[in-house]
Amino acid sequence: MDTQYGWLLNLICYLPLAGALLIIFFIKKENTGAVKLAAVSIAAIDFVLSLPLWFLYRTDGAEFQFATQMEWIPSVGAQYLFGVDGFAILLILLTTLLGFISVYSSFTAITDREKEYYVFLLMLQTGMMGVFCALDFVLFYVFWEVMLVPMYFLIGVWGGPRKLYAAIKFFLYTLVGSVLMLVGILALYFFNAGGLKAIGLPGLGNDPTFSIPHLYTIAPQVPPELQFWIFLAFFVGFAIKVPMFPFHTWLPDAHVEAPTAGSVILAGVLLKMGTYGFVRLSLPLLPDATVKAVPWVGLLSIIAIVYGALVAMAQKDMKKLVAYSSVSHMGFITIGIFALNDPGLRGAILQMLNHGVSTGALFLLVGIVYERRHNRLIAEYGGIAKVMPIYATFFLIITMSSIGLPTLNGFIGEFLILIGAFNHSWVWALFAASGIVLGAAYMLWLYQRVFFGELSNEKNKDLKDLNLREQWTIIPLIVLAFWIGLYPKPFFDRMQPTVDNVMKRVSVAMPEADLGFSYGGESETDHAENPQTKHGE
Amino acid sequence: MSLADFVPFLPEIFLAVAGLAVLLLGIPMGSRGSRPIIAISIGALAATAVLIFLVGRPTAGPQLILGDMLVIDQFAVFFKVLVLIASALALLMASGYLDRAGYSSGEFAALILFADLGMFVMVSGANLASLYVGLELMALSVYVLVGYFKLEVKSNEGAVKYFVLGAASSAVLLYGISLIYGTTGSLDLETIRSSLTGVPHQNVLLMLGIVLVAFGMLFKVAAVPFHVWTPDAYEGAPTPVTAFISVAPKAVAFAMFLRLFAGTFASEVDHWWMLLWIASAATMIYGNVAALTQDNVKRMLAYSSIAHAGYALMGLVAASDNGTWAVLMYMGVYTFMNLGAFGFVILLESKGYAGERIEDFAGLARRHPAAAAGMLIFMLGLAGIPPTAGFMGKLYLWAATVEAGYVVLAVISVIMSAVSLYYYFRSVVQMYLKDGEAEGEAAAQMLNDRWTGTAIAVCAVLTLVIGLWPAPLVGWAKSGLSALGF
Repeated sequence: MDTQYGWLLNLICYLPLAGALLIIFFIKKENTGAVKLAAVSIAAIDFVLSLPLWFLYRTDGAEFQFATQMEWIPSVGAQYLFGVDGFAILLILLTTLLGFISVYSSFTAITDREKEYYVFLLMLQTGMMGVFCALDFVLFYVFWEVMLVPMYFLIGVWGGPRKLYAAIKFFLYTLVGSVLMLVGILALYFFNAGGLKAIGLPGLGNDPTFSIPHLYTIAPQVPPELQFWIFLAFFVGFAIKVPMFPFHTWLPDAHVEAPTAGSVILAGVLLKMGTYGFVRLSLPLLPDATVKAVPWVGLLSIIAIVYGALVAMAQKDMKKLVAYSSVSHMGFITIGIFALNDPGLRGAILQMLNHGVSTGALFLLVGIVYERRHNRLIAEYGGIAKVMPIYATFFLIITMSSIGLPTLNGFIGEFLILIGAFNHSWVWALFAASGIVLGAAYMLWLYQRVFFGELSNEKNKDLKDLNLREQWTIIPLIVLAFWIGLYPKPFFDRMQPTVDNVMKRVSVAMPEADLGFSYGGESETDHAENPQTKHGE
Repeated sequence: MSLADFVPFLPEIFLAVAGLAVLLLGIPMGSRGSRPIIAISIGALAATAVLIFLVGRPTAGPQLILGDMLVIDQFAVFFKVLVLIASALALLMASGYLDRAGYSSGEFAALILFADLGMFVMVSGANLASLYVGLELMALSVYVLVGYFKLEVKSNEGAVKYFVLGAASSAVLLYGISLIYGTTGSLDLETIRSSLTGVPHQNVLLMLGIVLVAFGMLFKVAAVPFHVWTPDAYEGAPTPVTAFISVAPKAVAFAMFLRLFAGTFASEVDHWWMLLWIASAATMIYGNVAALTQDNVKRMLAYSSIAHAGYALMGLVAASDNGTWAVLMYMGVYTFMNLGAFGFVILLESKGYAGERIEDFAGLARRHPAAAAGMLIFMLGLAGIPPTAGFMGKLYLWAATVEAGYVVLAVISVIMSAVSLYYYFRSVVQMYLKDGEAEGEAAAQMLNDRWTGTAIAVCAVLTLVIGLWPAPLVGWAKSGLSALGF
């Protein structure tokens, strides 16, 4: 663990919270201009501060860099342990970028209780980044739940007509998942330490610790039966967050009722928490159970891909359509992860970014017309390419990115996931490919119905095209979409150490043949002796 | 027994004298409002704390005093300090409330001090007789406090129910004690413990005695199926009293519970864990589910406090070091969260029973943002959401339960904890997501009382600070372990 520039990571994580407190105590709620200015500058500064992570991260360095290690609750072995690898850095950059965009895009959309709105948005930012930074289970769990509270308020106060229902449904669903995960965490914790008495399970007798990097080292020793139960507990928590079929029902409600910025954050970052959890925790900590769960998770992912796409096709409401398309796209990511091979995992990680970019942009775009017309029904529109040409162009690019057109980001991720799925089984690849076809169908059909044809609805005749501020909320995402589509190498470079580490840890439970290439047993022993990974002790 | 034997007992003696003095002072000073008397009482509590620090704490290991009737150990000191803090906060909250309702404060403060005396004896009792005496002194003071608003029907109803059921439970407890005395030949906890260890006991009368004592204790902590008095007593009692009885007597009842079951009867754990397991699960499920539909905030908090007794019982079921200090820790954090939540209700009760209905909370975030933020912290804390103390408290209870291998109980409890979020957030929905004025609600007026506000602020800050940095409280709770003979 490399502690150089550890302060930077803490600064990035807590700056939004500090900004939120600043706004609470020093800016009057009547002074909405100052609130907006403060919020947007804090978000912008945070994004700028997070950029050095991209350059300072060394792919040949320690697994976790920018680390901070401090005592927190010594008597139970919980530490204040921060640190990131390339995978987490990519997600942090996505978070700070989307955080800035969501603040910037809310200036005209939110006209009520602005001060509280921006305070909650900034607090949410800290909560999400903490999840990606925390390497201690207790700390991780604290951030994991903390972020639910501001999101609850964002949906509940500034949401649509059924906001109360959607907000509490979101909170309860995710809470049930995460508390079950906590039980799993505790079981793992006691296995590492003194064992579980009444069920006669002896522990390893190590000093009690919640440090995730330390628990990586004991993962191969966890008995398969215990792994199964812990995996199940983690799975419920992560699957609800992703959300995987059949735990997805909170998502359409939350997305449809949430304000635009809430949807952007929800789709862009919050959903990634589940897949982040799989990659960071389930796979490396519970290799045996992971390998055994592959067929089942694959089945659920396939259902999510096909079912999500079919339901999206039937939607009359644009936002709901995008929400269900998220279910389908997240199915892609989980199938890529559980293909348990290098291309699948790389594709899944890249697709997490892609989904954040393209779905985030889609929600922004839908939010822009909603702000003008207060209506999201597809049937209300048609032919608006004539009155909003810039909007139509942007929407087209993002649509193409979402359906995976080459030269745009979606293609790279989906292609790798397909390779990964094919390496696992051709059936997976077949269904995953059908998901891409269906995705193209519903997105293009949506585009056709909204933008082409007669401009029949009177109310659409004087729709204003995007103003400069609105353009600049979308442009960064479009640039990113092209960048990933044309030159993804920098992204792959940064995620490669994570992919290698995860594959190395999960491969202890895999027969060699499944891998297609070798991660030998030797490297595992090397790894156990590697001082850099033993910092938990 | 020499006079020097009484020195560690000075805090208790001082409390008794202070209680009597406040009672007498209340007669001439009654016309000047409640503040002077309350201030004097809080001063007395502070002086008691100083006395505990000077003479009433163990210097080298547990110390038996007064013919082995009482023990001075870190475990007792933890609960004594907790009781003092809880009483001081409750008194702070009561001052403005009593003035507004037109009741005198002399008897009120004196009864709180007497209840504290009883609790002190309870938490340091080393003998079944002294434990029982302490319990009764506390209980009798609390019965009167519940019925303190003698002109209110609800207050009287609550007091009578509490008294009748409480007396019955005391009888059950006493009968259990007599059976234990009959089988072991002693009332001294240490003697009973040493006579129980080593030999497997199949003595039916002894088991019956332990079970009856458990029933009595379950009543005192308001666990299912001995909880029926709780909602009525909590709803009927003057709110500062509700705040007080929902924390201090519950905490000391857990102290006695721990001393008996985690200490004295620890070797018989195979016989009683199932009983407490069922009680814990039933209490969590019933308390949380029944709270879901309550429209009266005090009643909702009453059911919630039943549920919290269920969580804390998990620590007893675990019957381990970790379980024991987790209960101490939980009682510590629960005290602040619950006192704070009731303090908020007190602020809202401008007249009559206004402010008790959940609808009275509508739109408060807009009109009183600071107070609403405080209530939000308490609700998050009671629901066990980080970064509040409530999460840290529950974390250790869950940890102890999982460690002991009672995973099913832990799962029941985490799911019930998620359920509880729904009813705690009903008040948050009213405060933050509803606009009271627009819906034409006659929203309750927020009382502008600095003392109550201070008490709430203290609770809110502690709830957050313990949640973010629990290490000191954890260390302190762990220091209480040595007393139980682990």
